[in-house]
Amino acid sequence: MKSIKKYFPVFVLPTLLAFLIAFLIPFILGLYLSFTEFTTVENATFVGFNNYIQAFKESDDFLNALWFTIRFALTSVITINIFAFILALLLTRKIWGTNLFRTVFFMPNLIGGIVLGYIWQLIINGVLLNYGYSITSDEKFGFWGLVVLMNWQMIGYVMIIYIAGLSSVPTDILEAAKVDGAGFFTTLFRIIIPSVMPSITICLFLTITNSFKLFDQNLALTAGAPGGRTKMLALDIYETFYGKIGYEGVGQAKAVIFFLIVAAIALTQLVLTRRKEVEQ
Amino acid sequence: MTKKLSHIVTFILLLGLAALFLAPIFIVVINSFKFKFSITDTPFVFPNAETFSGAQNYISGIQQTGFISAFFWSLFITVFSVAAIVIFTSMTAWYIVRVKTFWTNLLYYALVFSMIVPFQMVMFTMSKTANVLGLDNPLGIILIYLGFGAGLSTFMFSGFVKSVPITIEEAATIDGCNTLQTYFLVVFPVLKPTTVTVAILNTMWIWNDYLLPYLVIGNDYKTIPVAVQYLKGGYGSVDMGALMAMLVLSIIPVVIFYLTSQKYIIKGVAAGAVKG
Repeated sequence: MKSIKKYFPVFVLPTLLAFLIAFLIPFILGLYLSFTEFTTVENATFVGFNNYIQAFKESDDFLNALWFTIRFALTSVITINIFAFILALLLTRKIWGTNLFRTVFFMPNLIGGIVLGYIWQLIINGVLLNYGYSITSDEKFGFWGLVVLMNWQMIGYVMIIYIAGLSSVPTDILEAAKVDGAGFFTTLFRIIIPSVMPSITICLFLTITNSFKLFDQNLALTAGAPGGRTKMLALDIYETFYGKIGYEGVGQAKAVIFFLIVAAIALTQLVLTRRKEVEQ
Repeated sequence: MTKKLSHIVTFILLLGLAALFLAPIFIVVINSFKFKFSITDTPFVFPNAETFSGAQNYISGIQQTGFISAFFWSLFITVFSVAAIVIFTSMTAWYIVRVKTFWTNLLYYALVFSMIVPFQMVMFTMSKTANVLGLDNPLGIILIYLGFGAGLSTFMFSGFVKSVPITIEEAATIDGCNTLQTYFLVVFPVLKPTTVTVAILNTMWIWNDYLLPYLVIGNDYKTIPVAVQYLKGGYGSVDMGALMAMLVLSIIPVVIFYLTSQKYIIKGVAAGAVKG
């Protein structure tokens, strides 16, 4: 369609300009700055891979944050998916009030991360107070606090996707299994789980990327306390940028590493889902 | 009979879980009506004659954070950013699908690529760019949201555009529509299901977003999340009463939005997850 082509300024230019300003130029500039030392963009001097070395050498913060993030992501992914799957199974049994329950379980997902963080800070501190602790007394309180928060926020979301997957399991196969005398667990592991595999893949990656990129909840719940032990990657990068003067280059190098990790997870998902599609 | 019994047991179990899910919000609500010193010590106790503070926390919270203006800035930024995203990215998606050149392909892949880049990667350079170009105000941030949200939204629209039969566009052209008329009178209405999904996903993102508005328009134009965090970060000791009241006020608009358009939200979120 030739006639469409001349409408480029109307159809593409606004998006393209915004995309260049908000994303593409900052992205390329960010890559470049990770190899320089700077406080403002104008005074950057090239330092090679120095910032990347500094990111790991200068203190343990980055490695701690990486390890904390990995442990947090794994724990959240497993707990969220198990609970959400069980809820989805319960809610597809044609019980009275299904819609109301679905509404309630999903609601926390709409509340912003900052607000979520302060809600759970109040509750966790209220419980720990009975034992003379607060959420910032020990790293493990912050860790499990974040896991509980993340479960509360994400279970409803993941549940919705599992419900959609479960309702597409063919009922004639389920009934045939029943006639053949298959028990609950046989049906679950031989029929239900294999047929909702695409949903499981989606949910696993959705929860893992969301856990890796978590920032607002981390900032509001503990802000890294005690002593930065509960800092996740995004918060550590933020504090490197805005917390210490002269470390902007190191912060940008950490951000590039963070980007590479998140991109690697996304690419793994892409390859896995493509392979599934080919098999089907 | 056993089936009926198991249904009753499941129902009671779900009822208990639902209560557990709502409890955190309920606890915040009751604490928002207590004097600040009886919040930290006894968060799980109802207010009594001695600790009931009336609307005092709400009044002081609103004054300290400028919550009323924060609400309107959040509303302004969310509504206009979502409108800009829906209109411009759907147009771009249609153009990219209909006009196949090296450049439109390149743009498409650049947009898809941007979806996997975490915000921290461009956080510093983007807020600097916005500052240099004078976009650090509530109007400029709309352009930033359009650019940063373009990836997912264009991707979702172009997925749908591919399934729109080109014959209806040709028919419109024969009937005398120019390209703009064809798009807005014929194509855009057909995209409605995706438009709703894109609008919902972006509303949830922008309304709750903290770091981007904090870095770009900062404390000059606080949005709700920035106002709540300001209360916590701005003072040595936190006014727990005001904080509780602000949490409640932040949740109310979200709950209203949820209850009025629940059907679309749940559908949109499920569709967005599958495509994204």
